[in-house]
Amino acid sequence: MRDQPLIELRSVSFSYETGRVLADVSLKINPKDYVVLLGANGSGKSTLLKVAVGLLKPTTGAAMLFGRPATDARARERVGYVPQRAVISSRLPATVLEVVLAGRAAQRRFGGFTRAERQQALRALERVGMQDFARRRIGELSGGQQQRVLIARALVSDPELLILDEPTAGVDRDSQIAFARVLRELNGDGVAIVIVAHDLGAVAPDVRRVLALHQGHIDEISLEEARERVGMFVEDHPGHGVAG
Amino acid sequence: MITFIRNFWPALLAASVVGAAAPAIGTFLVQRRLSLIGDGVGHIALAGVAIGLWLKISPLASALGFSILGAIGIDRLRRRAPEEGDMALALFFYGSIAIAVVVASASGNFSVNLFGFLFGQVLTTSLGELITIAALGAAVIAVVSLLYRGLLASAIDEEAATVAGVPVSVLNVFLMILGAVTVGVGMQVVGVLLVAALLVLPVGIARNLVRSFRGTMLTASAVGAGAALVGLFVSNAANTAPSGTIVLVVCALFVLSDGWRRTRVAMVRRQSEETV
Repeated sequence: MRDQPLIELRSVSFSYETGRVLADVSLKINPKDYVVLLGANGSGKSTLLKVAVGLLKPTTGAAMLFGRPATDARARERVGYVPQRAVISSRLPATVLEVVLAGRAAQRRFGGFTRAERQQALRALERVGMQDFARRRIGELSGGQQQRVLIARALVSDPELLILDEPTAGVDRDSQIAFARVLRELNGDGVAIVIVAHDLGAVAPDVRRVLALHQGHIDEISLEEARERVGMFVEDHPGHGVAG
Repeated sequence: MITFIRNFWPALLAASVVGAAAPAIGTFLVQRRLSLIGDGVGHIALAGVAIGLWLKISPLASALGFSILGAIGIDRLRRRAPEEGDMALALFFYGSIAIAVVVASASGNFSVNLFGFLFGQVLTTSLGELITIAALGAAVIAVVSLLYRGLLASAIDEEAATVAGVPVSVLNVFLMILGAVTVGVGMQVVGVLLVAALLVLPVGIARNLVRSFRGTMLTASAVGAGAALVGLFVSNAANTAPSGTIVLVVCALFVLSDGWRRTRVAMVRRQSEETV
């Protein structure tokens, strides 16, 4: 179905042993959306994301991905997911190319990676401007460069929806701007983007919707309201107005 | 040396198979921060050996059965109660070794047979045992090759692999079973107390030398097999215990490789400072 939401949460609540984190949350993410989900530390942003991609099951309510239950592996194959960066160890003995190839692991069950898949991985790296780093060890790269490699890994299976969990935390300003440019191009190519963050940062000029999570409840707010409530920095880039 | 090769070729082949297979699995275990799982499964395998000797069935088969069940149990415990994982694992490990000691002493196998499995008995490897070890070692390497895509993705980032549709939970069970089989196979060569060293240390050596994951796995296997052979020759020449000598060779190579890595890092830093 053409207008089917990519993500749909229907009255989702989620509780850990320590208490309730999400309370009756409903939302829809549509094709080509560019959404930032804002919230303070511990507000449940990452939990919401994990429920949306089927890593956690809601305590009550339903989480749907591409019209299927989010826990359905077939639905998840259309999602590119970039978790918080800390998961990549600096001692990981893996090249940039291998990290990107890992994004294609589920496309076939058995064996190694084919030459065609290596070409696809190189193209994904080219898309984020990291093709010259393919043979480098991932741990040798800066935070911003690693983040771009992780986006390439999410892109290598041609997802329709790209989800990023705090992608610019600890990343320098220049890398944030480069990162925002990559996401802008992807969104222009029709990839829906959902970013979880503390503030809008360098992606502010491109964002179309802002969702704010507070005490387990979610509200859709304007960009202006987002700036006031979160106190983030926003700098307009040449040729890009702030979307409303 | 020729006489040694002629007399002990089954031992040399068995040692190289274990030396190659253990680090192939170890590469994934180390990256998943499960380096000491081999040690834990070794404790459980020992209980299997003791029960096998007591029931007069094949100790290797019994050890394999116990190791596989134990490894699956450990994996479940880790996932179900991560906050209490340490205590649960300790109960598993020490309970197993206690069972081994009690069963072996009650059946009169404590000093004679059990010691062989504790510290290895590679020089007595028979043709039948060599065939079993070679078959299990080949099976381990074949399964790793078959499941390489998913294992690599899970080792790099379990969460992202799950979202991408990789059956991470199933692969975890396979990885634990492969680890358990490797411990069971390695028990014959270096003993349960030292088999974990062959799972982990060659991976540390390879990680110091090469960049890629695949390269690390292949180098670790080559280092493991080579060290096992060198260790056996050294033990023959120096008249020392084979299992301990093999592991000491691996330890020495680890120290050398770490020295090489540190020197290389220092040189790169000095070059970049001179450039600035």
